[in-house]
Amino acid sequence: MKGINVLLYSLKQGIKNIRQNGLFTLASVGTISACLFLFGIFYFIVSNFQYMVKNAETSVGVTVFFDEGISDETIQAIGDNIRNREEVIEVKFVSAEEAWENFKKDVFSDEENEISETFGADNPLKDSASYEVYLNDVSRQGSLIKYIKKLDGVREVKGSAEAARGLGNINRLVGYVSAAIIIILLAVSVFLINTTVSMGIVVRKEEIGIMKLVGATDSFIRLPFVIEGVVIGIIGAVIPLIVLRFMYSGIISFIADKFAVLSDILVFLDAGKVFGILIPVSIAVGVGIGFAGSLWTMRKHLRV
Amino acid sequence: MQDNEEYIIEFKNISKTYSEGVDALDDISFSIKKGEFVFIVGPSGSGKSTLIKLLLKEIEPTSGTIKVSGKDSSKIKRRNIPKYRRNIGVVFQDFRLLGDRSVFENVALAQRVIGAPKWRIEKNVASVLSMVGLTEKLMTNPNELSGGEQQRVALARALVNRPGILLADEPTGNLDPKNAWSIMELLDEVNKLGTTVIVVTHNPEVVDMMQKRVIAVNAGKLTHDESKGGYAYERY
Repeated sequence: MKGINVLLYSLKQGIKNIRQNGLFTLASVGTISACLFLFGIFYFIVSNFQYMVKNAETSVGVTVFFDEGISDETIQAIGDNIRNREEVIEVKFVSAEEAWENFKKDVFSDEENEISETFGADNPLKDSASYEVYLNDVSRQGSLIKYIKKLDGVREVKGSAEAARGLGNINRLVGYVSAAIIIILLAVSVFLINTTVSMGIVVRKEEIGIMKLVGATDSFIRLPFVIEGVVIGIIGAVIPLIVLRFMYSGIISFIADKFAVLSDILVFLDAGKVFGILIPVSIAVGVGIGFAGSLWTMRKHLRV
Repeated sequence: MQDNEEYIIEFKNISKTYSEGVDALDDISFSIKKGEFVFIVGPSGSGKSTLIKLLLKEIEPTSGTIKVSGKDSSKIKRRNIPKYRRNIGVVFQDFRLLGDRSVFENVALAQRVIGAPKWRIEKNVASVLSMVGLTEKLMTNPNELSGGEQQRVALARALVNRPGILLADEPTGNLDPKNAWSIMELLDEVNKLGTTVIVVTHNPEVVDMMQKRVIAVNAGKLTHDESKGGYAYERY
């Protein structure tokens, strides 16, 4: 009961502080909003880029050719062995006939009839039945190729090592850059909260002195300031989330319209998926910087 | 041992030297009984403020022992200082009221810090404001009150938690003689209800009129301790 009374009073005081501290509060909310807005934009870019890279990665496959005259059972056994690997998401069998059909379509699309006449029912690719293997993690392509090469009945394994390595590197680089920018933005936000709460402490120095004299505990004096920081953090998180939510669909359709040529590559994440993560993360970050910023200020300026 | 138990405050061989090398108090010893009314007098810079700070545990003595209600104050842990201060009501010359809230809220603050429920706050604040004669000013802003009334609000705030000790630092310093006297009468009334009252003052009239115990300090030394004395510390 005692704790609830103190909490209610601190909550009231914290909100009162926010109102009284109008301009500084506004500045803090504005900056946190700006930081979390940038964070949101950055998250859009990173998450969608990673999604696109992931998509591209899964389309980068490994092709497995078999020894001549191999039995269907052995081909089946090779397929089962590959499927059992955890990095493999799909194994597609391409028969010699399909391979020849695809080749004709890809290479001689204009002269398909001529080719059919020349070769008739013969299939020059009769020993080119293969498995197309797709991975969930392109960086594991090398080890998978090594494994497949050791399997009985495998003649040749073709990978796309360069593409795999390139995509993996870009993915890692985007991850590092995003982490660095997010850390900088968070540090700026904590510093701003610190400034706002410091101003609040200066403005209410007299009140704090009186509270100490009438026997207020450290936590009783600190709680309203911590609440102030946390509320600023929450407001600072909610504003950009609302703006970003309205912007997201607009940005996607704008990019899709402008870069229609790249529609195969530009595959965007669903808004629900993006905000399913962005909302809790932004609010947690807002609360976190509010809490950390005010607590840090208390320790620095308010030896109560 | 039996004798010591009736003392609510004991200063034993207290010296205080500030970090800048200023000797504020030099081997001061005195005791105050529970329910006593004591004036502490002395010129500016005599060490009165240091005595108050030591009693409120805002600073620690360089040497000596301070006991409050029989407990050695140096043994009180930092986290328990707020609880210790709740037994000492304080009134200052400049009232130290919060101008952004009502008389009620100023007095209620002392109750809120101890987590008192709303019903008890309302009851206790009303009761203490009635005691200081400000029932009708409950919702008034302190800035709209006279100096005397503001000091009554400060007194009400100091008393609302029913402390065992009331410490008044120059309570009449900003008041005209009529208001000053009325505050002293209130302090006397509080004392008669059992609270130990310590008044630090420069006001010779009130000290002479009240005829209570007077402890005089000068240049950090206790120069006089008289059970029913007058001001005139210059004499000692």
